[in-house]
Amino acid sequence: MAGAAGAAEAFGLMSIEVDIRHKQGSFALDARFRSEERLTALFGSSGSGKTTLVNLIGGLIHPTKGRIVANGRTLVDTDQGILIPPHRRRVGYVFQEGRLFPHLNVRQNLLFGRWFTPRRERIASFEAVVGLLGIEHLLTRRPSTLSGGEKQRVAIGRALLADPQLLLMDEPLASLDDARKAEIYPYIERLRDEGGIPIILVSHSVAEIARLATAVVVLSDGRVTASGRAGDVLRHTSLLPQTGPTEAGALLDTRVLRHEDEYGLTVLEVRAGPLSVPRLDLPIGAPLRVRLRARDIILSLNPPETISALNVLRGTVSSIDEPDASSVDVTVDCAGDIIVARVTRKSVEGLGLTPGSEVHAIIKSVAFDQQTFGGTC
Amino acid sequence: MSDWLSPEEWIAVWLSLKVALTAMAASLIPGIAVALLLERGRFWGRQALDVLVHLPLVLPPVVVGYALLLSFGRRGPVGSFLSEEFGIVFSFRWTGAALACAIMGFPLLVRAIRLSVEAVDHKLEDAAGTLGAGPVWVFFVVTLPLILPGIVVGMILCFAKAMGEFGATITFVSNIPGETQTIPSAIYTLTQVPGGEGGALRLTLVSVIISIGALWISEWLARRVRRRLLA
Repeated sequence: MAGAAGAAEAFGLMSIEVDIRHKQGSFALDARFRSEERLTALFGSSGSGKTTLVNLIGGLIHPTKGRIVANGRTLVDTDQGILIPPHRRRVGYVFQEGRLFPHLNVRQNLLFGRWFTPRRERIASFEAVVGLLGIEHLLTRRPSTLSGGEKQRVAIGRALLADPQLLLMDEPLASLDDARKAEIYPYIERLRDEGGIPIILVSHSVAEIARLATAVVVLSDGRVTASGRAGDVLRHTSLLPQTGPTEAGALLDTRVLRHEDEYGLTVLEVRAGPLSVPRLDLPIGAPLRVRLRARDIILSLNPPETISALNVLRGTVSSIDEPDASSVDVTVDCAGDIIVARVTRKSVEGLGLTPGSEVHAIIKSVAFDQQTFGGTC
Repeated sequence: MSDWLSPEEWIAVWLSLKVALTAMAASLIPGIAVALLLERGRFWGRQALDVLVHLPLVLPPVVVGYALLLSFGRRGPVGSFLSEEFGIVFSFRWTGAALACAIMGFPLLVRAIRLSVEAVDHKLEDAAGTLGAGPVWVFFVVTLPLILPGIVVGMILCFAKAMGEFGATITFVSNIPGETQTIPSAIYTLTQVPGGEGGALRLTLVSVIISIGALWISEWLARRVRRRLLA
């Protein structure tokens, strides 16, 4: 997209720094994180403080104490008495429910922020944004006549056309069904990869984060329990207390190697070898991010020969987490791709696994469902 | 057609329209301000203001008229100040009739606007803020258009009330033909004199026509605005 806030990128200032304490009734938020990634996901169950945190960044609520710096610009610093009002923050906000203005048509909604942007700072091109989001045909419609997915695309466009220096998205897809979500993911991915604006995305869906995020901040009860690059955070089941063992897993960046149409399979290339998954409608060579859930991986000391699972990756155990009641996360380095297997404590002892052990990770092809595929990475 | 009503009756009709339109126009901006203040303001004395605004709705109109006479009359504290400092006189003038009508219609105007302010989604105003609109702009480009239906309804109610106002007007500014004699006062006078029934009937008819017209216009406007908001 024609550089909405290309300026931020040019100065190498794509960063967000938050250090906030906030009390709201009985709920206390005490959050600190820093990210220089293109798309930082705030992850947590409802009530963990995600929305409060983005509202603080957007300026809709004022923190009791703390500091927020976006792209080197201080938005809030209670110690120095800095509190920039929302309309001067240049922080775009895509709300869960769209919040399009009902008395304006789509074009007027899109151009709303432009009135208030200083002329020389109007960088985002109307045609480019409209094209990026595929909403050309909606321009004269009223918001009430749009579908949920269309509304959210217009809301994203409206935020972009105000030339924000930071884009907040508060569960923008939560109210949509899976088909509508799939319709919008590619737009968010393009925005992440071509937009040049740092994005903060609130989500409680691991699948969504695995697909979109480059960094993840995990919130629990108003506190940051983990933060870091998406791959690192999502790998550790212990860092995802809300969804726990069932959803954690490794992210692998892969490429489509070939299709085996006679079996309905697609073969992906990872560093440790080929990975067969159900047939994907992607061209050969397309990059793809895949999530391997820790619970879907079996470890074996010997190369398995007569089993039905198609995917066997060789690797070395790099670490074994602290065990909980019965299971343990074992991290395996497969020629540079890190994957995690959640296995029982009993099998770790039985197999005598220690860091450095050579193992074979076995993954059933059918373990890959729609949820485990991301878009282009 | 102009001989359908006598010249005196025509004067009463025009005067009524003038008084009612003036009352409606003059109370519009204060009405919006008070509605916003009552609905959104958090200040000491909000309750008292609420009661004060609604008082004309529950007090006998004569009481309101008498209170106006006491305060805005030539000898009243407000009236004498206004006439000495600014040369503005209300007592026994058509402006006084407009003032009385405005005060009687004010609660209706405020109530209608307040209902629509209550219905405005705060979240839309927040969204406008994140798009760069400061509080004043948010009011003019988001809040005001969204409460427009309430404003239209409130204005029509205020106008209708002003057209029908009798008690407060006659108490405050009396019943002077050509100056303060509005349609209701004229009908009242005509019913008190022998042979006035014809004129009273004609003015009653005019009154009905104007009221129905006002209601029709308000319905039409409200429908138009609603269609703009929803379609």
